[in-house]
Amino acid sequence: MNFDPSHSKRSFSSVGTRPIRPDGVDKVTGRARYGADFNMPGQLVGRILRSPHAHAIIRKIDTSRAAQLPGVKAVLTAADLPDLTNGDAAMYDILDNCMARKKVLYDGHAVAAVAAIDARTAKQALKLIEVEYELLPHVTDVDQAFAPDAPLINDTIFTTGVDPKPDRPSNVSMRSQFGHGDVDAGMARADFVVERTFKTEQTHQGYIEPHACVASVSSDGTADLWVCTQGHFVYRQHCAQLLGMDASKLRVTSSEIGGGFGGKTHVWAEPVALALSRKAGRPVKLVMTRDEVFRASGPTSATSIDVKIGALTDGTIIAADATLRYSCGPYAGAWAEVGAMTAFACYKLENVRTVGYEVLVNRPKTAAYRAPSAPMAAFAVESAIDELAKKVGMDPVDFRIRNAAQEGTKASYGPVYGPIGIGPTLEAVKNHPHMKAPLGKNQGRGMACGFWFNFGGQTCTDLNIGMDGTVSLAVGTVDVGGSRASLSLVAAEELGIDYSQVRTVIADTSSLGYNDMTDGSRGTFSSSMATISAARNAIKILRERAAQMWDIPVEDVTWENGHAVAKGETHGNLPKLSLKEIAAASGTTGGPIAGHSEIVADGAGVSFATHICDIEVDPETGATKVLRYTVVQDAGKAVHPTYVEGQYQGGAAQGIGWALNEEYIYGKDGRLQNAGFLDYRIPVCSDLPMIDTQILEIPNPNHPYGVRGVGETSIVPPLAAVANAVSNAVGVRMLHIPMSPPRILAALEA
Amino acid sequence: MMAGIAVSTNINGDNAEFLCHADETLLDVLRDRLGLMGVKEGCGTGDCGACSIILDDRLVCSCLVLGAEAEGRRIETVEGMAQGDQLHPLQQKFLEHAALQCGICTPGFLIAAKDLLAKNPDPTEEEIRFGLAGNLCRCTGYDKIVRAVQDAAGVMRGA
Repeated sequence: MNFDPSHSKRSFSSVGTRPIRPDGVDKVTGRARYGADFNMPGQLVGRILRSPHAHAIIRKIDTSRAAQLPGVKAVLTAADLPDLTNGDAAMYDILDNCMARKKVLYDGHAVAAVAAIDARTAKQALKLIEVEYELLPHVTDVDQAFAPDAPLINDTIFTTGVDPKPDRPSNVSMRSQFGHGDVDAGMARADFVVERTFKTEQTHQGYIEPHACVASVSSDGTADLWVCTQGHFVYRQHCAQLLGMDASKLRVTSSEIGGGFGGKTHVWAEPVALALSRKAGRPVKLVMTRDEVFRASGPTSATSIDVKIGALTDGTIIAADATLRYSCGPYAGAWAEVGAMTAFACYKLENVRTVGYEVLVNRPKTAAYRAPSAPMAAFAVESAIDELAKKVGMDPVDFRIRNAAQEGTKASYGPVYGPIGIGPTLEAVKNHPHMKAPLGKNQGRGMACGFWFNFGGQTCTDLNIGMDGTVSLAVGTVDVGGSRASLSLVAAEELGIDYSQVRTVIADTSSLGYNDMTDGSRGTFSSSMATISAARNAIKILRERAAQMWDIPVEDVTWENGHAVAKGETHGNLPKLSLKEIAAASGTTGGPIAGHSEIVADGAGVSFATHICDIEVDPETGATKVLRYTVVQDAGKAVHPTYVEGQYQGGAAQGIGWALNEEYIYGKDGRLQNAGFLDYRIPVCSDLPMIDTQILEIPNPNHPYGVRGVGETSIVPPLAAVANAVSNAVGVRMLHIPMSPPRILAALEA
Repeated sequence: MMAGIAVSTNINGDNAEFLCHADETLLDVLRDRLGLMGVKEGCGTGDCGACSIILDDRLVCSCLVLGAEAEGRRIETVEGMAQGDQLHPLQQKFLEHAALQCGICTPGFLIAAKDLLAKNPDPTEEEIRFGLAGNLCRCTGYDKIVRAVQDAAGVMRGA
């Protein structure tokens, strides 16, 4: 890195204010263009034929009748997508998931695609494609798939991470283990032990915008892709690799994105749209229906988790143990591994062990969903912790404070923590008026903690200063929820100019170097770091130009509040030069002024939150109403506090939906029964109360302003916070998420 | 190919004529034939409200209305809310309160809120929550949306 990223700035003029976002007016007037809001001349409509079966061999696909239908310009099967993955198993899985090759592996798996002159012709053509299937036994439940006699989904999967290597294939693709100390010896010393098995159902990110793209492949080998994605550089890489293109010849432009939450980190339709365009010789627009989004994008894992925690009479947790089984769809994954890493990350533990198993099932390939894998592990652990606190006879907040990780604690997943926020969030919760508010009949209060790693990654920005002194900032991390506002604030802060003088745009893949995608809560963290670095590089040039204008040595020029200032006895009386004045003269002092930065944004500070939830259960119907909700989370430094609050509130709302109602429901036939927003019901406005937020700022020492990622941690505590509240209200420990009315009634009757 | 149905309608105060198929939704007509891309499709089944429009003073999901049904009717979409560069108070308050993150649901919420405030200029929090329950937002948790609507209602009442 070409600049010092350590925490260096403690007072701010722009950062920490709450201006209106730069993309706001377009979004309230309908002008903003999302994935489906773009068209090209001569564009065709693409559609995908999907398997109705959970598990079957594709015996034959006859596309001849579809190809002959007037208006059909291209028909595609896996035969049109040869395997160019060169033994890269993960890419082969992506290829097979985009278009089934030998077997269909879940209800919704793509088997063929068409491009036609309009939607009705395309739909008609799909009906003319004949697919002959040979049905195979299927398994959609994580525990059933884990059993030794389960139907085998992929006979090349031998569990990795076990020694010796198993002698036969299974549905378990990997075993992972983390921890330290002697768990068995620790558990033997425990005065109180809680041991439970928990289960969570599969949920979907539920972004309101379905996947959409427009692909245009030219006969000269160049191509353009317009797409809603969290990572257009990653999409470019994947599409180019799958289609045998040079990455530089494929320009990917990220549209405005109508929600992603991890679900738009993976290609599904995009390679198909490109292949259709290449075959038809015309642009192809491909937009998923909501049914397709549910059946054939990437929901999160269903899980089954065993937890055992032991404590001494003084409230010290002496041993903690968990075994986590996560479904990963029909391909190998690493989701339980992440669950196993996060499960006990909030606590200072002498003896801890977590074991994760990745379990293949005949469901869509699991994708990331906001702090992927952490909410389920936190549900299990934080439920057991609550129960253990009761056994010990301690208040659940005090019990957690006693065992909370601190600076210097060796985390259960390996590293030693720097300054962290778990203790402060717990103290804030202990003192929050919410904890003292009275509760009525059938009401309960719960609290829970959550952890997320956060991520930095490869980042690149260009900061260009116009001749009029205004600033264009080009970044490569897709703005999923307001980061253009944050990054404009950061550029303004560093240059010492007004927020209104900066315009931040998301550059396409041909206009900027590679950027990792907006995941791991890295958008504002990493791009602000690169923006600060780019601005400091620009300031270096601004100082040089001022020195030239004054004809003094550059060492005698400093940059203060948007101005070059001459110092020293000989020229201290020179009037300062504004950025605008220096920019206006740039044509005669050496040309355009810009700052660039290419970094790996290391040092994403880990993030902790503690939530409080009050609920009321209707004992007649089993329905649960959330009465009050409070989020306390460490932001490091909140760049735009309103959007930080928005992240806290949005994650909490998603977690509440997961806790109470959302789940994928599969029939015995292996088909998804609720692939729509009517039956997969996410929280609506009348389901929720106001969500109170408290932002703590414990600076991340690895970022110049102390910033930590804030996007994901807020979804980690709610499952447990709501479950603890419900358990307290009904007097029965809730073990299965979502706590839908039938499950609550069953628990009450048990 | 069947002949199109000729439809005369009024959109955001301007007369509009179009041809559509008998089975074509008003949503598809607005987006694909008339270029009103502010009307969003989130589900196509009337469950998310992203395609909300006001049809003769009634809030509807345009994905559940046929294009041919627009004959002789008045349609209001998000594109008609601002007057020139003067934003509607709801649009202004959505910006000030950061009542949007990704923004895909925003046009539908603005139209639904406009309809709500036309019928109930001084709604309680609960009335706002139930009035907007037909619109899904996955980003905000609704908190800032409710506050923006409360604030805009005050401005519109002259309070």
